[in-house]
Amino acid sequence: MKKLMILALATGLSLARPAAAQQMIQVKGSDTMVNLVQRLAEAYMEKSGKAAIAVTGGGSGVGIAALIQGQVPLANASRDMKEKEYAAAKEHGVIPVEIAIAVDALSVIVNESNPVKSLTNAQIGAIYRGEISNWKEVGGPNLAISLYGRQPSSGTYVFFQEFILNNKNYSAKMKQMNGNAQILEGVKSDKGAVGYVGVGYLFDENHQVLPGIKALEVAKNAKSSPVSPLIAENVKSGQYPIARALYQYTSGKPKGAVKDFLAFELGPEGQKIVQEEGFYPVAGKSLENNKKAGF
Amino acid sequence: MEGVNVDNPQSAGIGRVRAWRRFREKAIETFFLANGLFAVLVLLAIFSMLFTEGWPALKRVPFGEWVMSTEWDPTSPVRESYGILALIVSTLMVSIGALILAVPLGIACAAYIADVAPARVREIVKPVIEILAGIPSVVVGFFGLVVLGPLLAKAFHAGNGLNGVNGSILLAVMALPTIMSVSEDAIVSVPQELKNASLALGATRWQTLMRVTLPAALSGIVASVMLGMGRAIGETMTVLMACGNAPAMPHSFLDPVRTMTATIAIELGETVQGSTHFHSLFVIAFFLFLMTFAVNLVSDIILQRVRKRMGGA
Repeated sequence: MKKLMILALATGLSLARPAAAQQMIQVKGSDTMVNLVQRLAEAYMEKSGKAAIAVTGGGSGVGIAALIQGQVPLANASRDMKEKEYAAAKEHGVIPVEIAIAVDALSVIVNESNPVKSLTNAQIGAIYRGEISNWKEVGGPNLAISLYGRQPSSGTYVFFQEFILNNKNYSAKMKQMNGNAQILEGVKSDKGAVGYVGVGYLFDENHQVLPGIKALEVAKNAKSSPVSPLIAENVKSGQYPIARALYQYTSGKPKGAVKDFLAFELGPEGQKIVQEEGFYPVAGKSLENNKKAGF
Repeated sequence: MEGVNVDNPQSAGIGRVRAWRRFREKAIETFFLANGLFAVLVLLAIFSMLFTEGWPALKRVPFGEWVMSTEWDPTSPVRESYGILALIVSTLMVSIGALILAVPLGIACAAYIADVAPARVREIVKPVIEILAGIPSVVVGFFGLVVLGPLLAKAFHAGNGLNGVNGSILLAVMALPTIMSVSEDAIVSVPQELKNASLALGATRWQTLMRVTLPAALSGIVASVMLGMGRAIGETMTVLMACGNAPAMPHSFLDPVRTMTATIAIELGETVQGSTHFHSLFVIAFFLFLMTFAVNLVSDIILQRVRKRMGGA
């Protein structure tokens, strides 16, 4: 009875001041995550009817910079924050808290007409460093490799550089595209193309792989067998070598509407949307990290 | 009787009016002077802002690297490099490519509208071309991305068709209205007597156009070309979308290029304020400013010379 009364009181309160509860949350950052978070936000707004959430892209670096400068309460990032950014945040009096909301299998894609089926991590690295410049060097036709990548403001760019290029420079011949969709367009129309995009971008609305492109199977090294990013099992088991967590950063421990939204994203409904968008649910060590942030 | 009494107050009135007029003249003069000075002041402020914001980067990176190195990779985990030569070459390449396309077309179009076309055609064609100038650059860029890119890719087997040619064609479309419109004004303002004299001497209309009208309008035409060039060098969104943005030194028009403006636009959003990378973008802007300044200066000098030769017209 007491519980009921509290509930009634709480509902009454929240009903009594809908205008005050109506809060605008700005979310900015990763282009890889922008569609996913947009859908999560829409579902959340429909469910709670409380907060208004606006999601924009620009790249992980842009989102993190906005969080540091206090322009947004929540930043999307497809990579960890860098030491430099933590330092800059401290200077601005912001203590970023990291929450993983999904897992992405970063997919290496080529034109449909390309007969190459799989590459190793080392081969992909050499291709993007410019050391391998023709498909025949990796068992394909005699065709110049045309590189598609992201811009330095992109978390995917930084993640790929760190883990696949072993922190070496990208070839200067890489076309720096403005978003995943542009890479897809480029790879579709360019027979010699290779590109990298978040796995969520490979599917159309009916969960079919987009026409004109092919996601390569990737092997950790020459000894292990190559696996496809399109099969959830490969990613969950850690066999697919280019998987990464997709993060949201808050300024200080999340509270209020932001916390509510995050809880929704990490709940069963949110994680279902994550999978519908082609990404994979949070698992393993990330869950423990999230616990520390209060989830 | 009238003269005696009225004389004094009237002359005082005239004096007052004169004083007021003098004051007003002076005030208007000062107002215009202030406006002129304000424009100069804004220019100087921008110049000094670019320089002071760029200075920390100029100090940290040897000057030779800026203008001699073709390697631009300020976020490199290996060695941050700040060579902008490839970016400068790319900017010049797409701009000059655009002029190669737009200048003959623009001048021919202007000559046609001004000298050949019947009045009704002129009334339709000129505004229509001028509407081109009103298309937002992001729309032009989008056109390059989804229409021109695939076309070029097929025609030249050039990757995805986002390259120097694509940018040049789009910039030509954007510079065309400026070149056409200003040239046309210049051609129209050539005195009819000059043309009549030429025709009276037995020259054909074509000879009159090529040897009398166009040379007489040359100062305006040169001005239009320079305005078009300024537009092309400074354009950002279109080249960002249509040129492929590979920071390597381009070897042909079919290579993807990354202009100075695109570099600033792409990278400014994510740099940490105060970092060398942040300041280096102002160095690029500073060089860009110097380039447009040089273009304007050269066009001014050309104009002066042409005016002198034409006898102060």
